[in-house]
Amino acid sequence: MSAVDFEILLQQILNGLVLGSVYALVALGYTMVYGVLGLINFAHGEVVMIGALSTLSAARLLQSVLPGLPGPIVLLLSTLAAIPVCMALGYTIERVAYRPLRFAPRLAPLITAIGVSILLQNIAMVVWGRSYHSFPAYVSTEPFQVFGATMTPVQVVIIVVAMAIMAGLMFLVHRTKLGRAMRATAENQSVAGLMGVNINAIISITFVIGSALAAVAGVMVAANYSIAHYYMGFVLGLKAFTAAVLGGIGNLGGAVAGGLLLGLIESLGAGYIGDLTGGFMGSNYQDVFAFFVLIMVLVFRPSGLMGERVAERA
Amino acid sequence: MNRSHVVSCTLAALAAFGLSGCGKEAPPPPAPQKAAPPPELAIKIGHVAPLTGNIAHLGKDNENGARLAVEELNAKGVMIEGKKLKIELIGEDDQADPKTGTVVAQKLVDAKVNGVVGHLNSGTTIPASKIYADAGIPQISPSATNPTYTQQGFKTAMRVMANDIQQGKVVGEFAVHKLGAKTVAIIDDRTAYGQGLADEVEKAAKAGGVKIVAREFTKNDATDFRAILTKIKGRRPDAVFYGGMDAQAGPMAKQMKQLGLKAKFMSGDGACTPEFIKLAGDAAEGFYCTQAGLPLERMTDKTFSERYKKRFNSEVQIYSPYSYDAVAVIVDAMKRAKSADPAVYITELPKTSYLGVTGRIEFDDKGDVKNGAITMYETREGKLNVLEVVGGAAPAAAEAPKAEAPKADAAKK
Repeated sequence: MSAVDFEILLQQILNGLVLGSVYALVALGYTMVYGVLGLINFAHGEVVMIGALSTLSAARLLQSVLPGLPGPIVLLLSTLAAIPVCMALGYTIERVAYRPLRFAPRLAPLITAIGVSILLQNIAMVVWGRSYHSFPAYVSTEPFQVFGATMTPVQVVIIVVAMAIMAGLMFLVHRTKLGRAMRATAENQSVAGLMGVNINAIISITFVIGSALAAVAGVMVAANYSIAHYYMGFVLGLKAFTAAVLGGIGNLGGAVAGGLLLGLIESLGAGYIGDLTGGFMGSNYQDVFAFFVLIMVLVFRPSGLMGERVAERA
Repeated sequence: MNRSHVVSCTLAALAAFGLSGCGKEAPPPPAPQKAAPPPELAIKIGHVAPLTGNIAHLGKDNENGARLAVEELNAKGVMIEGKKLKIELIGEDDQADPKTGTVVAQKLVDAKVNGVVGHLNSGTTIPASKIYADAGIPQISPSATNPTYTQQGFKTAMRVMANDIQQGKVVGEFAVHKLGAKTVAIIDDRTAYGQGLADEVEKAAKAGGVKIVAREFTKNDATDFRAILTKIKGRRPDAVFYGGMDAQAGPMAKQMKQLGLKAKFMSGDGACTPEFIKLAGDAAEGFYCTQAGLPLERMTDKTFSERYKKRFNSEVQIYSPYSYDAVAVIVDAMKRAKSADPAVYITELPKTSYLGVTGRIEFDDKGDVKNGAITMYETREGKLNVLEVVGGAAPAAAEAPKAEAPKADAAKK
């Protein structure tokens, strides 16, 4: 393996890790709601999008008021402004679209979730327009060298934030009183209710936390690709959902593991399938490869890589 | 009893009104009671483009062009057989999705439109063209550049700009002769448009003796291209061509720069928009792209972009002058045929010789525009600058503005 080949391989691994961390950030929100409620919140990708676009609006406002503010501070402040927006949105979605259907057949909340997703997309299209918004480089996107491969500061921030959020959520779920109530609710809602857990409040809090994460994820994604658009949440949501299932939906560590794995498979797949198959398959098989791995994992481990509960929920 | 009678009468009247409202080119009232204004001939022109999804900005641009044409023609008052033409534009959204494309095409056929302008993407235009052909409704696409569209033998399928055979050739030859590229990497987005154009570029480049060092693929909803770009970087090409839309090309240019891939970046009309420059930021510098048409400042009607801006408060993205002309060409054929009936005026369409916003429009026997121009652009200082115009109708008309162009460029700087 020549030096150039090594640099390319290292670059592909870095690409995969960054992409995987992006998936992981979004997948954490999916998995958290699923873990407590057993509901696949398809609108999560759209909350991510709204988080990114409201951050953008807040940042523009902030810069028009205080032009001299340094980039990272603008980004931090506007993210802090977008988080409550997403929290309120998450609370409203749960209250309006999911709570009335909590005891309805499983298909009903799934369909409303898709409905909410389309609704939010179209609202965002009306509010922010159809055009792409270029997301200013508040955190530098100028690359630096790592053993011949390149990385940008934003990418480092993404990996760090994904890991920090995972650790924070694990602490919350396993070490706090709120987390215990969440786990009890996940185990059995009626029994937890009889034990004095305020089910509605716990579920609302889960949604609110998940939406706050979505806002952070949205900002990270928009900063990484320097682009924000009303449609950005859709594909991202699907990929993150796949990552969550791959890792074992409902499991926080699994969401990150699944995200990283999916990112690495996609990146290495696109980079090397062509050479490995002698040009028979190319980067157009990137997704085929990724989803083939998903199918194989689910065939041999139906609850995902790190999932524990089987068939009890779905 | 009495009251319900009144109600049912009103309903009947409303129903009658409603029916006449939606009827195809409502037959002239035999005895025109209201003699004062000339009787109206109501027609419908369908327009299809993606109005939602990730290239909705281009779809809206196309629709705006058609809408401006309809509004101006209605205001001007086109007379056909003593009746004033009243055009209604029915704008449909095909989401850039071939399946949805055929569904809305059928919807327009069922609504008995007199003509269709669209669709935007080749991938939706081609499957939809069969539906319009079966219904005998003329279809003029202002932006579908894939050659297959007019090669299917449908009399109804036409387009008002050059196709990808011409465009691919210009890009390929530009890479060989002007950039001096020996090795090229090609990426496409797996749509009928992107793939078709990429194939034509590949052909033209190979014909010029260029080696294709990588042929990579992405999707028209992707934002991360680092994996394929990294692979391409390992192959060290002189130039990279992307067949696809601006929404992908913008981030792609940025990621190329971040990865330290120093090849020249080129693309076709789908990425040759102000939107690309906005998205790519400073990575847009030194980007080469083609448009299947004349640059705005060299079009026959130079006030178009001002009128457009005044009406819609946004910039012309790319093909709105062509959707504007497509509407005008349909109405022009109706005028000459003295009928808005698709079965009648379709015989006049191939004989079109219409001086539109974009230049003189004439069709060849396939329905492609004759002498379609291809314009090569380079981005410098955050602007698309015209490098050269290949082909184009009426040399005299093209020559005159040529002298002005450098001045205009200089004025901009």
